[in-house]
Amino acid sequence: MTEHRLRTPVEREEILRMDAGDVVYISGTMVTARDEAHIRMIEYLERGEELPFRVEDVVIYHCGPIIVEENGRYRAISAGPTTSARMNPLTPEVLEKVDRMVMVGKGGMNEDVVRALKNKGVYLAYTGGAGALAAQAIKEVQGVYWEDLGMPEAVWVFEVEDFGPCIVGIDARGNSLYREVEKTVEENFKLILSQP
Amino acid sequence: MVTRDDVIETVVSLFKKAHTELPDDVINGLRKAYEREDGVAKSILKALLDNIDASRTLKVPMCQDTGIPIVFIELGRDLCINFDLKDAIIEGVKRATKEVPLRPNAVHPITRKNPGTNVGLHIPQIDIDLVEGDRMKITVMPKGAGSENVSSLKMLLPSEVSKIERFIIEAVKNARGKPCPPIIVGVGIGSTFDGSAKLAKKALLRNIDSMNEFELNVLEKINSLGIGPSGLGGKTTALAVLAEMGYCHTASLPVAVNIQCWANRRASAVLR
Repeated sequence: MTEHRLRTPVEREEILRMDAGDVVYISGTMVTARDEAHIRMIEYLERGEELPFRVEDVVIYHCGPIIVEENGRYRAISAGPTTSARMNPLTPEVLEKVDRMVMVGKGGMNEDVVRALKNKGVYLAYTGGAGALAAQAIKEVQGVYWEDLGMPEAVWVFEVEDFGPCIVGIDARGNSLYREVEKTVEENFKLILSQP
Repeated sequence: MVTRDDVIETVVSLFKKAHTELPDDVINGLRKAYEREDGVAKSILKALLDNIDASRTLKVPMCQDTGIPIVFIELGRDLCINFDLKDAIIEGVKRATKEVPLRPNAVHPITRKNPGTNVGLHIPQIDIDLVEGDRMKITVMPKGAGSENVSSLKMLLPSEVSKIERFIIEAVKNARGKPCPPIIVGVGIGSTFDGSAKLAKKALLRNIDSMNEFELNVLEKINSLGIGPSGLGGKTTALAVLAEMGYCHTASLPVAVNIQCWANRRASAVLR
């Protein structure tokens, strides 16, 4: 289990170096995006319009934080990952139109995403529900885009330091920890049913 | 004498408590899980326990998904109230949203427009039960969407009593890592379509150490699935299975499985 210390922008070579199961800490810029932000990203990309941020320069974080405004500055007080599976149908469309992408979320993503990530991206898992802990790695909220989507769905720009530990759930070579667990779980389920 | 202000203040302080102080039974369950796990599962449970400490110390919500506000009221029949109770609860939720603060989660189901207050048509969800006595018990339960989204309900046939267990385990299996395991599994058996769902939700208010033989047996099977903390494999998929029953029509057997993430946030207070 190798440990990686990433700093954004994450280059393709670094993406390809990460293996499923490795531990990762992120420093630099993370940008939150949930369902509504993904839908809007796709609209922009389809129109050939420039996004307010470059996907390749940041880490996309499946997260809807709690933000407070103090003396004209934003602060994230709780900001753990949201269920990434909701972005399953949207992520391949984004990946098609970008050069590379590092994502952080929780709960895993499906085989369509595994295929779309090949040679261009990784999916990292952060502990589900650890919102207070995650917020401690966020040093600054640099801004917000698409605030009309509401606080959870807006795109928040975080400056983070040693955000982690994240586990590489899906690597750029088609390996998925979730596929492995799923296989074991299905086998165990059959075993449970066969018992009296 | 219970006043409108008492109810508002209590609702605000209960949401604050629920979001920053996980009940002891759940913390103990997570600690025990931490002891028996190793590898990735152990490191995830360590992060959860650190997160719970950080939340309590910094007084910030343990999870950014502060849920949809659900409020249970047990109203003593001898207690006289001369104000609009529901309106006071709604006011309490609005204030809690600003003061805790809570993430504004409640949106219109079609337009997805967010009023920013956690208040809207039928939200907060308020459940009022009339009981004996002269007291009012207020319980708040913020319910996150990751776990709610993988909950399940099925109208089984009366001849399928032996399939109840399978349905519960299958719901957990299909949910895998999505609901932030280790989870707590609320089950409602019997009643009606909606009644079974309500029983499953109310089961989640129970202490997780209060499991009977049936519940412990289902828990053991669920934990042999191997989903593990955060769905990355391990021995601890669930901390508890809590089932409630109600009589049902002779022609039906509703079963509801309401899944709750590890952040089994609940807080109660009694007013009189």
